[in-house]
Amino acid sequence: MSGVGLDPKTAPLFPIAAKTAMGNTQLRKNVRHATDLIQAKRARVVGEMPDWQDLREAGKQIRQHTMENLDFYLEEFEANCTRAGGVVHWARDAAEARRIIVSLVKASGSEEVIKIKSMTTEEIQLNSALEEAGIHPFETDLAELIIQLGEDRPSHIVVPALHKNRHEIREIFRTKMNLPDLGDQPHDLADAARMFLREKFLRVKTGVSGANFLIAETGGVCITESEGNGRMCLTLPETLIAVAGIDKVIPRYQDLEVFLQLLPRSATGERMNPYNSVWTGVNAADGPQIFHVVLMDNARTEILADEEARQTLNCIRCAACQNACPVYRQTGGHAYGSVYAGPIGAILTPQLQEMHYAQSLPYASSLCGACYEVCPVKINIPEVLIHLRNKVVKQKGLSAEALAMRTMGMIFRSERRFRAAQRLGQVAETPLVRKDGWIGWLPGQLGGWTQARDLKKMPKETFRDWWEKRGKNGN
Amino acid sequence: MATNTGTTSAREEVLHRIRVAKDGVADATSSQLGWNGIERRYQHQATRPREAVLELLEDRLRDYDARVMRAAYHDVRAAAAKMLGDRGTRRIVVPPGLITDWMPSDIEAVLDEGLTATELDRLDGVMTGATLAIAETGTLVLQNAAGQGRRVITLVPDYHLCVVRVADVVETVPEAIEGLRMTAHLATTFVSGPSATADIEMTRIKGVHGPRFLDVILAG
Repeated sequence: MSGVGLDPKTAPLFPIAAKTAMGNTQLRKNVRHATDLIQAKRARVVGEMPDWQDLREAGKQIRQHTMENLDFYLEEFEANCTRAGGVVHWARDAAEARRIIVSLVKASGSEEVIKIKSMTTEEIQLNSALEEAGIHPFETDLAELIIQLGEDRPSHIVVPALHKNRHEIREIFRTKMNLPDLGDQPHDLADAARMFLREKFLRVKTGVSGANFLIAETGGVCITESEGNGRMCLTLPETLIAVAGIDKVIPRYQDLEVFLQLLPRSATGERMNPYNSVWTGVNAADGPQIFHVVLMDNARTEILADEEARQTLNCIRCAACQNACPVYRQTGGHAYGSVYAGPIGAILTPQLQEMHYAQSLPYASSLCGACYEVCPVKINIPEVLIHLRNKVVKQKGLSAEALAMRTMGMIFRSERRFRAAQRLGQVAETPLVRKDGWIGWLPGQLGGWTQARDLKKMPKETFRDWWEKRGKNGN
Repeated sequence: MATNTGTTSAREEVLHRIRVAKDGVADATSSQLGWNGIERRYQHQATRPREAVLELLEDRLRDYDARVMRAAYHDVRAAAAKMLGDRGTRRIVVPPGLITDWMPSDIEAVLDEGLTATELDRLDGVMTGATLAIAETGTLVLQNAAGQGRRVITLVPDYHLCVVRVADVVETVPEAIEGLRMTAHLATTFVSGPSATADIEMTRIKGVHGPRFLDVILAG
């Protein structure tokens, strides 16, 4: 990565960042094009599954059950992984995870690592930490390579360079790979990446990965991918270090039958992604002889403790909610100021920051529910958004907005006060009403309403007045 | 579990936080009961006639740009010769335990006895068997077992010829996972078509780092 990582601690408020993003028409075009395509593919392969809703329900129940028994399954995973020759480490937070990984890489004797795309390593900004320690990380996923060489930041959970089109990617590769004659067809660019990385796959002795699923029953790890860069990193190095949030555990091998159906269809709109690797510890004749797993908390236990928000942890990182979100589809991912963008980012990011930062994100939603509808494990994101908004309001104490809402509540509770407020409103609005009967500008905080729409003036006769005047038989 | 990075206390603390967060300690009994209670109403068993399952697998594989041939057991060698010939493949790696009757005589087959990645990179292709195949998703499942070999041999060469026995084809993902459960500890790779990416404008591009060409012989 580039050292300009997305950090919720320093990111601007969402509405401000969104406004900038909305001004970038190329970005919006790229994001719309890509999300339209993924959504259409997803709809097609989900549509051919008559048991899709049953799979979603099973996925949800497995994840819920896992969180309720998380301590047991983590210990079971640890015991089985260790028995198979893996070494399990625990990290309370991002800083501890970085320290462990840096020291493991140093112990492996390598000054370079090859990396599989991993949102968890993005979350903890591992690349900067490696670079500071004099270790060079090579991203090997095509999109991550584009981001790394372009000194850019990921904007999508599954397709991190979705905001770049082929011409922009060619420019990055031409300069950074020194290929002046490179074409701009997608296969030209993929070939360039193949050539660029093959030598690194064959040479670099240490690999760093994330994990899609940690299987408690067997101690196995599962990674899903498309390009084969993952398989390279999992099989060629001498040392492999996998870092995973504690939420990534699943109870049993059999549970893969649910997630290996839900994840590929939701993430990339494929019946199955090209490669899934499942391996258990160390195998003397196949793959790395030293294998570490770093289990990281980093505020996940805070989320677990909040019963209404706990379902956030059920996420399997498919990004279907991002593709479906009318807000994300306009702004792209960077406006969220976090590696987790879109609806899931809007609930996950502030919670990973223990609600100290990114408080504007729960508001980055129209609560339309499209995210809930496509979520393969049925996370009710709108419900969690509202819950978090509630937390933010409580945090802020008595703001002008909260005071106004409280006053409104008091007025609405009493008929007498409501009638008085209506009469007062009719008088007060008079100077603001245009000749056509609309109000185009409201003062102060109320101005937020009229920034993007007009307001009809209040009618001369209120509904209540009309109701009382009308005859007994409804005339 | 003590580790050489001194994180014993991190382990205790994370587990403690989890137990406080959900107000209790989970054990084998509670986990077993809860897991048994999960509703699994989705499809487990095959619903199609056998021949339709095989046709579905062929269709799904072709959809991923793999080439597929059907052959009787005694014709696998001829089918393999044709596939390899069409691809212009001369030197291939084969895993220990690959059925010798399957191998064409006019091809140079190098037995994998721990070839380095660089050595594998100089070969044209690889020929293996498979543990099973999933029709619904067009997936071949390879394991570190006789006739399939190390994961790396089906990764570094640019061409993969895979022989799947008709008897090993299942229709659904749950059937496949059930079939793999007893050998779950083996290194396992699910392969669905040639290596691909959609990272550039969501256009599926065949062949990035894994084999760019995949041929399948359905035998039996």
